[in-house]
Amino acid sequence: MITTQQHIDPKLIAILETVSDPEIPVLSIMDMGVVRTAIIEDEVVKVQITPTYSGCPAMDVIGDDIKKALQDKGYQSEVELILTPAWTTDWITPRGRKALEDYGIAAPLGPEADKDVLLHGKRLVKCPQCGSINTKMVSQFGSTACKAQFQCEDCLEPFDYFKCLK
Amino acid sequence: MNNTNLYHYILGIADNSLILGQRMGELCGHGPSLETDIACTNISLDLLGQVRSYYQYAAKIAHDGRTEDDIAMLRKEREYVNVLLAEQPNTDFAYTMARHFLFDVYHFLFLTELQKSKDLTLAAIATKSLKEVSYHQRFSTDWIKRLGDGTEESHQRMQNAINDLWAYTDELFHQTEADKAMVAEGIGVDVTKLKAVYYDKVNAILEEATLSIPESKYFQKGGKKGIHTEHMGYLLTELQYMQRTYPNMEW
Repeated sequence: MITTQQHIDPKLIAILETVSDPEIPVLSIMDMGVVRTAIIEDEVVKVQITPTYSGCPAMDVIGDDIKKALQDKGYQSEVELILTPAWTTDWITPRGRKALEDYGIAAPLGPEADKDVLLHGKRLVKCPQCGSINTKMVSQFGSTACKAQFQCEDCLEPFDYFKCLK
Repeated sequence: MNNTNLYHYILGIADNSLILGQRMGELCGHGPSLETDIACTNISLDLLGQVRSYYQYAAKIAHDGRTEDDIAMLRKEREYVNVLLAEQPNTDFAYTMARHFLFDVYHFLFLTELQKSKDLTLAAIATKSLKEVSYHQRFSTDWIKRLGDGTEESHQRMQNAINDLWAYTDELFHQTEADKAMVAEGIGVDVTKLKAVYYDKVNAILEEATLSIPESKYFQKGGKKGIHTEHMGYLLTELQYMQRTYPNMEW
């Protein structure tokens, strides 16, 4: 079991919640689960973030956005990228999952169901537009590294599915 | 440099992913369908992301003022130690998928072992990368089966690709001096031990795809010592173009 421990100073939560993933603007980095540590040491905020995917180009921007948000509230900060423990989609909060769905991205299923839909074509992913589960996978890879492409066979809308990473 | 072996060991891992990532990136705008194009460039991005972590670590070990970018972009051909398999060209889509499949099966086995490394940085990169590589392996395996067990034409093309690339598979299991030193320290993976399970897995999938397993016992090697096929020079020319033309440029 991967530890899901986070160390975040309660004073900083509201500030960090204003920073969002530039590729999924409705999702705050806190709801995404990428902020692992944010503590104040000698008047400097030390932040540790972990990437969703190794090549995620959003990480550099997220780092800069965190620094700017903290600076606006009068904090100096240092942002470090860490790889352990590796990020998992389990760290997306319930509020984050809802934000994804509202934005039109189907939230990740559990690992077994994920394999069923991506490998065996089972119809389990709910269309974020009309709610039907009569959906099919178009491609295992989508518009960004973390997503797969789906299409709803009822309302015919294409949509992204956030792949399970565990 | 205090730890030359570790430095070379990291490059041995990273160069494979850099060169293969560059090859997959060449599909950008040229994939056979939009979905496949996006998939190949996604895979390329994963590989280049992993490579950044390795080169950042290598730069820290080298401690000679070079950055991750210098190591990735400014070495000469003989200084790259990727396997020959990784640099083989995208002759057609069957070659692209066959090359990727033959590497993915190895990559997955290798990273699974590297997770146990005593070097915590390498173990962390391995754990992170493995999650991504399991998607890559699914994707390429899928295409081996679709083309192998597809039409007469797709079957023949996939068989040609497997036959041609087969000669580059054995090199994956050759040990370098850095490998041996790192295995002795509990940091590196003993690749010789992955060989039997690799061919078992590959052969099973080829059979399922109705493809014949090549019988040739001739294997090509050299990449791990910096002796590359003629394709490598062209690949590097493109990879390094910006840094050579506009030294020290940044985005």
